[in-house]
Amino acid sequence: MTTNKRETPLIDQLEKGPWPSFVKELKKSADNPMTNDLLGVLERSYNDRIGHWKHGGLVGVMGYGGGVIGRYCDLPEEFPNVAHFHTMRINHPAGWFYTSDVLRKICDIWEKHGSGITNMHGSTGDIIFLGCVTDELEPTFSDLTEAGFDLGGSGSDMRTPSCCCGMARCEWACYDTMGFTYDITQHWQDELHRPAFPYKYKFKASGCPNDCVASIARADMSIIGTWRDDIQQDDAAVAEYVTSGAVDIVEDVVGRCPTQCMSWDGEKLTINNRDCVRCMHCINVMPKALAPGKDRGATILLGAKAPIIGGALLSSVLIPFYEMEPPYEDLKELVEEIWDFWGEHGKNRERVGEFIQRIGLGNFLEQIGLEPTPEMVVHPRTNPYIFFELDEDEDEEEED
Amino acid sequence: MSALASNRKTDIGPPHYEQFLPPIIKKNYGKWKYHENPRPGVLVHVAESGDKLYTVRAATPRLASTKTIRLFADLADEFCGGHLRYTSRNNVEFLLTDETKIDALIEKLAAAGYPVGGTGASITNIVHTQGWIHCHSAASDASGVVKAVMDELYPHFVNMDLPAKVRIAFACCLNMCGAVHCSDIAILAVHRRAPKIDHQAMARVCEIPTTVSSCPTGAIRPATVDGHQSVEVIEEQCMFCANCYTVCPAMTLNDAEYDGISIWVGGKVSQARSEPKFSKLAIPYIPNNPPRWPEVVEAIKNIVEVYAANARKYERMGEWIDRIGWPRFFEVADIEFTKYHIDDFTHAGETFRRSVHFPRIG
Repeated sequence: MTTNKRETPLIDQLEKGPWPSFVKELKKSADNPMTNDLLGVLERSYNDRIGHWKHGGLVGVMGYGGGVIGRYCDLPEEFPNVAHFHTMRINHPAGWFYTSDVLRKICDIWEKHGSGITNMHGSTGDIIFLGCVTDELEPTFSDLTEAGFDLGGSGSDMRTPSCCCGMARCEWACYDTMGFTYDITQHWQDELHRPAFPYKYKFKASGCPNDCVASIARADMSIIGTWRDDIQQDDAAVAEYVTSGAVDIVEDVVGRCPTQCMSWDGEKLTINNRDCVRCMHCINVMPKALAPGKDRGATILLGAKAPIIGGALLSSVLIPFYEMEPPYEDLKELVEEIWDFWGEHGKNRERVGEFIQRIGLGNFLEQIGLEPTPEMVVHPRTNPYIFFELDEDEDEEEED
Repeated sequence: MSALASNRKTDIGPPHYEQFLPPIIKKNYGKWKYHENPRPGVLVHVAESGDKLYTVRAATPRLASTKTIRLFADLADEFCGGHLRYTSRNNVEFLLTDETKIDALIEKLAAAGYPVGGTGASITNIVHTQGWIHCHSAASDASGVVKAVMDELYPHFVNMDLPAKVRIAFACCLNMCGAVHCSDIAILAVHRRAPKIDHQAMARVCEIPTTVSSCPTGAIRPATVDGHQSVEVIEEQCMFCANCYTVCPAMTLNDAEYDGISIWVGGKVSQARSEPKFSKLAIPYIPNNPPRWPEVVEAIKNIVEVYAANARKYERMGEWIDRIGWPRFFEVADIEFTKYHIDDFTHAGETFRRSVHFPRIG
């Protein structure tokens, strides 16, 4: 089918300028009739100042409830090639590492079945195929699995876990983020592909407190690498940073320590590690001289989300230190406790963070079998409205 | 079809990452010693073994034609044994072992329109959502605003000339697929009109009880309108979150005249120095002005310039503002403070100043 090239004077103005242009990307694939119509719809939106997409209806591949987002154009007569324009989420390899060969395979599949337009990558981390008609979903899926790929999550399921590059290319990785992410993704394939939760549940794994995948803001369960011994310190390398003038150690390092746990006497940096909160600042400034300690693991936090519905939340501490040794059995058991309890009592579209706010963190901990610790709160309660529970065992003992 | 079904693979999960790692990473996995950032867009990671891995980071628009992915694959073949990766902020990274090839790679990337930068105290790629390219609830385009803003901020991508990194994110509605709420600068498209209800379609495409219960402020109630089973919205109670629209396609909030963009500042996710922070409202509303949103670009450029001129080394946007105080931020950035800046949602009271610790008046 031949389609006339869409005229796009408004969005053509976004081809100019030094930043890479998404309009140029679309035009590179405009020999595909879907992408040609996509250019037309977008121009129309720039003219109308409103989007032209509709959601609703269930589309997907056989046996899966997630991984495909149904999308339809509200001007199907005008733009017939994008009347259906679904999104496929394809679970990316952990750490987003690729070879040229596998990238070409992905391109072959998408040029054969869809628009040739992708996102590298979507917000949750998946490879996004943008623009698939309903009839091509199953054949695309078939070619993907043949190439060793599978769909990611969508809807009320476990979403595609993602992680930083961790031990592959970072000296600060306090655990194997990529190994962990691959492990849990494979372990919970059913939860990933078949939505059965009150709402979405995201995992993000960061190797250190710099949190390069924003897990504390974006994941229901945030796994942030940390350590519990002393910062590794190379005094000669510290001295080199100082004498070379690369770092003003008093102002840039000691002066910016949030707990004032370090001092500089003109020759030696002394760190009071008992007071350190492992924020990473000094290590970030002097990576040749300082490094996370050797006794490494992660802090597990729970509950982050964007504003919808009850307001945005950051994750809060659930396990102050976890050793992160494969196969992560204790953590997996805990996650399933959380899913069971939230699954039974959570409301429709209530994220786990909101659920905890509704029922109380103390009650939540009791139900999932965790002891409260002071690391879990900024400070103890300031109001005296305590729901005391009488200890029935104690009463019984008195009666005996 | 039965042959297809019997061979059908499901639940295989993603491919194992190890098969895509370059030999130098396989060899030094978990054994990196330190890294340096010798120039914008170039990192060198040094392993305990002494091996050196050079990373060249280039910008992409996130939305990529397969032809561009093939171009990157060809460059990876030419320069680094076919190995590359993407970052969490949609940059592409080429992983080299031969330092002498870096300049030629950077030149080829630049010639193809993909500049190298985004490391250290710079402004790297803006993480963003789909916007008018693909989203049903977008209150603005995403890619277009990002392109226009980054064209202006480009010098800060290719240089490391700021007090600290500035992370910018864009979301085209309050759903925040881009989770922009902890960014140095968050650009958030907003609706400002209550949903327009398609009463005829309502009972056919939506579950009315689900729709009613979706509203966080209880503004939706069942109603019969012109003989159709439907709902009504108490408009004074609507804060335009669009949660109802997500569960019910018959309640669109999209509005050509009243949708637009808000700007939030001072968030961060890193734990370095200060704890992670939410972004806070700087500018409640700027009308959509495609194709290049000049007012939004100007507002962001102003905030970046004021920050660059006033913050101390290593201070992120939010740390700088916490030090000088919000009254002075509004003053030096020349942004009007309005009633919209004062929170009135669930935990609003926690944001009222209950002390006399503020910068002197005048």
